Amino acid sequence: MAGTWLLPAETTSSGRPVLRPNEIESSLQPSVDLINEDNPHIPPLKSGLLVLTTHRLLWLPTTSQPPPPAAAIPLSSVVQIFPSKKSIKGMFASPRVRFQVSITPDGQLQQKGSNVITVVLVFRGKSDPDSFVGKFWEAWRGRAWEVVGEEGDGSGRVEAGGSSGGETGLALRMPVVGVSGILRKEQEMWESTDKSLQDAFQDLNALMAADHMFLQSKAKEMVTLAEKMRQKLLSGSSSQANTANDEEMGSKEEMQDWLLSVGIVSPVTKESAGALYHQQLSRQLADFVKIPLERAGGIMNLIDIYCLFNRARGTELISPDDLLRACSLWEKFNVPVMLKKFESGVMVIQNKSHSDEEVFHRIRSLVQKPDALKAGVSATDAARTLGIAPAMAKEHLLAAESKGFLCRDVSPDGFRFYINIFQDIDPNDAYLVKEYGIYDTWIRAAIPSR
Amino acid sequence: MQTLGELKLPPFFNYPPYFTLQPVRETKEKQVQLWKELIIDYCRTQKIFIIGLEEDFPLFSNPAIERSLNYEARAAFLSALVSDGRAEWMDKGHRRCLILWHRIQEWADIILRFVKDNGLEDNVMTVEEMRSGIESRGTGMYIFCA
Repeated sequence: MAGTWLLPAETTSSGRPVLRPNEIESSLQPSVDLINEDNPHIPPLKSGLLVLTTHRLLWLPTTSQPPPPAAAIPLSSVVQIFPSKKSIKGMFASPRVRFQVSITPDGQLQQKGSNVITVVLVFRGKSDPDSFVGKFWEAWRGRAWEVVGEEGDGSGRVEAGGSSGGETGLALRMPVVGVSGILRKEQEMWESTDKSLQDAFQDLNALMAADHMFLQSKAKEMVTLAEKMRQKLLSGSSSQANTANDEEMGSKEEMQDWLLSVGIVSPVTKESAGALYHQQLSRQLADFVKIPLERAGGIMNLIDIYCLFNRARGTELISPDDLLRACSLWEKFNVPVMLKKFESGVMVIQNKSHSDEEVFHRIRSLVQKPDALKAGVSATDAARTLGIAPAMAKEHLLAAESKGFLCRDVSPDGFRFYINIFQDIDPNDAYLVKEYGIYDTWIRAAIPSR
Repeated sequence: MQTLGELKLPPFFNYPPYFTLQPVRETKEKQVQLWKELIIDYCRTQKIFIIGLEEDFPLFSNPAIERSLNYEARAAFLSALVSDGRAEWMDKGHRRCLILWHRIQEWADIILRFVKDNGLEDNVMTVEEMRSGIESRGTGMYIFCA
């Protein structure tokens, strides 16, 4: 097999890497080959998506046939990263990045292995290997993997994240408490950034990178905070489960749900993904919407998704335009969700399994109930029965109307829909009622005298 | 069964969407057709010739289900009759509509048959004679007005 010396990496159904707790993506590069230089017998991994995170270097296949599995190199096993050589020859060949990893004698990657092999990354796409090397160094020296497993107190993590920023280390020693703590640190960060700017226009790139890392660590902290609160709530509710009444439990569960919905630890950003931004955003969104969609009955307003998604992303907000582009890219990927535009212009996200036929079928049985035959169905009634938002239900009713299955009734009582009996009436004899037709059924239900 | 004057109303007169102009083409065509027939039938049984769009018209509302046609719907149904040749606008503003129980061509046939049946081919008759003459009784001519 191609990558036995590499560790396997999990991906989600939409093709996004599954990240470890606290792991954050920092750079994505398209069309990258991964070659084991010391062992030419191992076939190289060709033209995949390279993802650099704070913990690992991931190689994901982009072609489906024959699929080499996604592979990972933990940054902890990296021994050395060679600075990229500038030469005349290099100007014409694809840019390369070389680094060494340690392995055990039997060829497994390990943090302190006895042997060392050299790995080469070949960048075939339009990319910027220099900035990648910079981020690679940063992530490697950040040693984020060492933080994992320690008791999750805020300050340690901040040091890990902020060490690349250099001068901020001491200033962040103060304990972080809640949002105010974060705000205070933000303020200090601003001040120090400001100061360094005044001192001299030092390395602008480094500063921006530091700022980026800082924001990411903030997002991570928020998620950790939410997780902690959730744990506290959970333990609290279990210890006094007998005394707590149902209402209290309900609100607690709501709170838990709310806290759970806070977190995307590693939001796809323009900085990390570059040209791949919309593509990766699209995949991340596909993974994200699964749970809210299920809860909402398989269909959701685009606006609701926008709010939820941005809340989950925390500091890395996206624009409505980005969201729309991400959604429209779904057609190209094999994801279980789709974007749908109703005739009225309302856009929704729905599960592919949530087909129009099924909804149509349910509306059909709804409007044939005796009450509905007599008094019609409003969007609210349909929303209650179908378990979806009223605006959505109305769209479905209108769709059924345009297919000639329903008729509308606009009156001071409101806007209601009835089953279409016109189709069943003989235009030459208005008094003729065909037995067991829809017209007949309607007459039986709606006109009591017969 | 409901009646309005001498007209027996069809069951769908109690179908609320019947009183809302339907937006979907196919459904609307069917609805317009049903209304046209009902308007003609009603006018014929009630001996009504003129429908004022802005006046109350008993056929255009159903108190039993608290529904009535709005202006747009009335105009649509009467326009459909006009384009069928079964009604004519009496003014440019399309406010009053003359309902023809028979098309003009049908009237011509009726008069011709009346004249032939009574052997009056070479006579001169006034409209009043045709309308109220003794020969016209029971032929439908006595209510003719044009």
